[in-house]
Amino acid sequence: MASGVAAWLPFARAAAIGWMPVANMPMPIAPTEKNKRADELIVLNVSGRRFETWRNTLDRYPDTLLGSSEKEFFYNEETKEYFFDRDADVFRAVLNFYRTGKLHYPRSECITSYDEELSFFGIIPEIIGDCCYEEYKDRRRENQERLMDDDEDKKDAKLPNMTFRETMWRAFENPHTSTMALVFYYVTGFFIAISVLTNVVETVPCGATPNTKEVTCGDRYTVAFFCMDTACVLIFTVEYLMRLFAAPSRYRFMRSVMSIIDVVAILPYYIGLVMTDNEDVSGAFVTLRVFRVFRIFKFSRHSQGLRILGYTLKSCASELGFLLFSLTMAIIIFATVMFYAEKGSTSSKFTSIPASFWYTIVTMTTLGYGDMVPKTIAGKIFGSICSLSGVLVIALPVPVIVSNFSRIYHQNQRADKRRAQKMQKARLARIRISKTGSSNAFLHSKRNGLFSEALELTSSIEEEQHLSKNQSLLESQHHHLLHCLEKTTNHEFADELCYEQSYLEGALQSYPSQSPSLSSQEGMTGTCCTRHTKRNHAPLPNSSIPTCALSHTHPHHNLQELSTIHIQPLNTSRSSLNMRVDEPARLNCQSGTITTAIISIPTPPATTPESDAHPPPPGPTLQNVVKVSAL
Amino acid sequence: ISFLYTCTAVLIFPNIDSVEDELELSAVRHRPEGLEQLEALTRFNRKELQILYRGFKNECPSGVVNEDTFKDIYSQFFPQGDASTYAHFLFNAFDTDKDGSVSFEDFVMGLSILLRGSVQEKLNWAFNLYDINKDGYITKEEMLDIMKAIYDMMGKCTYPLLKDDTPRQHVEIFFQKMDKNKDGVVTIDEFIDCCQNDENIMRSMQLFDNVI
Repeated sequence: MASGVAAWLPFARAAAIGWMPVANMPMPIAPTEKNKRADELIVLNVSGRRFETWRNTLDRYPDTLLGSSEKEFFYNEETKEYFFDRDADVFRAVLNFYRTGKLHYPRSECITSYDEELSFFGIIPEIIGDCCYEEYKDRRRENQERLMDDDEDKKDAKLPNMTFRETMWRAFENPHTSTMALVFYYVTGFFIAISVLTNVVETVPCGATPNTKEVTCGDRYTVAFFCMDTACVLIFTVEYLMRLFAAPSRYRFMRSVMSIIDVVAILPYYIGLVMTDNEDVSGAFVTLRVFRVFRIFKFSRHSQGLRILGYTLKSCASELGFLLFSLTMAIIIFATVMFYAEKGSTSSKFTSIPASFWYTIVTMTTLGYGDMVPKTIAGKIFGSICSLSGVLVIALPVPVIVSNFSRIYHQNQRADKRRAQKMQKARLARIRISKTGSSNAFLHSKRNGLFSEALELTSSIEEEQHLSKNQSLLESQHHHLLHCLEKTTNHEFADELCYEQSYLEGALQSYPSQSPSLSSQEGMTGTCCTRHTKRNHAPLPNSSIPTCALSHTHPHHNLQELSTIHIQPLNTSRSSLNMRVDEPARLNCQSGTITTAIISIPTPPATTPESDAHPPPPGPTLQNVVKVSAL
Repeated sequence: ISFLYTCTAVLIFPNIDSVEDELELSAVRHRPEGLEQLEALTRFNRKELQILYRGFKNECPSGVVNEDTFKDIYSQFFPQGDASTYAHFLFNAFDTDKDGSVSFEDFVMGLSILLRGSVQEKLNWAFNLYDINKDGYITKEEMLDIMKAIYDMMGKCTYPLLKDDTPRQHVEIFFQKMDKNKDGVVTIDEFIDCCQNDENIMRSMQLFDNVI
């Protein structure tokens, strides 16, 4: 129950008078407010700022610091106020929680300080209201990511007892870890540059002798270039093999992009070595040399920016695809139009539609080489339309891609996708939990309530006080209200398990029959609901009553309430609980039998059974059916 | 290509057209009568009225409760079942001037009867609650509606299972008890007579006297 409506509980209880004439059973006793005192103002001094509130407001949440007696530790006798040496701003949010029942997260606060304050005051952050919950979770996740990053940085510190292999791998991945790694890093970078440079210079014409035609440097200094190439490839091969050796997962390493680039960079050389100067394949051999340019991609290991660029291109694949598609469409349309427009003119360069593709592309990207120009009027008109629309078609998807780029750089976006999936599920789960929580609380306290009634009657006041301390007055009043409703309708609240079980039983059973077998042992089975009670039972002294099944009509010892269909829940004392634990078979929820017995206090040992008009049949799943005879 | 740059600039700063929602007409506000008048009208003393009003105003800052809010608040006390039908009947019982909303006066006068009234008055109030069309007679149909509403509050998970005719049976029992002349309706006198003769009911009427 949200304590925001705690103020309306008296109203709900008063309205329960509307059930009274309808009920056929007497109602349970209302919980009395022991030491009821007039509501008073409490002063809370938080770092000098004074907050005042009613005592009842704080009492709404008895399991927090302010709502329980824990605050007495902070009571200052001289100034008659409670002093907390904490943050006053966050305390505002905490106090508002008591007042309104909703906990808000002030956005200007640091997440860690807020968490600390909440844990100091004993408030769990899960009850933050929906309005602030997403923000809170976001900030929390960011903080955790930051912590994880910090941890990763710390991990780089050299761990003792790392194998040589692991050291090597670390050196490869992060060159700043050791001097050797740094040297290696720079050396490989240098050789990549050299290799690329030689590729480029190879093709430059240099040093022409007057009578022969110009030769490229590569042809002139073949041996030199060949040696250079060999050296580079050797270095690259060694590097690749070393990485392969050091990789923790060789298979994964071989599949990674960087290693593929490495392989592609050095393979042509070896292929060229294998294939000797064979005229037929020399053409292919030349092609292979083109692949040497891929060595430039090896630079991406050295440059973070290059990697990010590659990553963003990959992630913008859909937008790029759209751009390509729209361009292709436009190109085909305009090429066709231009072809047919220019078909008539003589010596037109627009010989076929594919030939017009070139014109369309050049025009649409506003390049305008001028090698193909339309001559007819129609051609010129369509040409101008083409160039105008080209700007539009290209301009549309490109900003989308650009904005994509800017998005990628924000780290939050990863959290975005994760959030969307978890958000909805988590919210529904929270709502469900809070709902079942309140109804479960009632089922718990029902057992406790019966207990305390019995104890009242056996006049053991100490146990009663001990038990009722566990519940706030508000809760006990609310539970009393639910109790009255049960009485009015002669049905009880049960949890889902019992409901399904009894539903199945209802389907199975033929007709309620009264079977006369009596329970042979004192330890009787209970409802599956009572399994919950084990947690809440306070330790009891061994009472003289071996079994303790109580009826609500106890105060009157009235066994004549047979006109109503009435099943009483079983409440077991601690002693029989122990017995129950020894016989776990009985606790099986499959045996959903209810046994009832009334013990009239003046005659302790007598066990008088009451009518049980609803005995379930001994189905195959029931292990131990106990039935009670009717009076 | 510079054209493309301007395009990107346009996109980076998107122009969100914000349509201002029309301001809703401010909710109906209501200020209650002064404390003295309420003291005279009800049987609460000053302090009790203060406590009641503070709680009331906390939940309903506008000063009046409409039926939806009422149903919301009442449903919070019965998480397992559906309290909206019964809350509807309760709302009609509290809304004595039938203006569709429960003001603080209505609220506090109802509570005064329930918590501080004589048994006669309480029974009168209960009769008023059951008599849905306020014609002075409780018919079986009206009682069945009320009964179903009460059983709805129990929800699905009950023990024993709620059968469909459980409310009807309960109504039968009620009428057997209350309807002395067996004419199919229960009048106020029959009701009060019968309740005063029933020990259980008399005792349970006093149950909530110490609520405030």
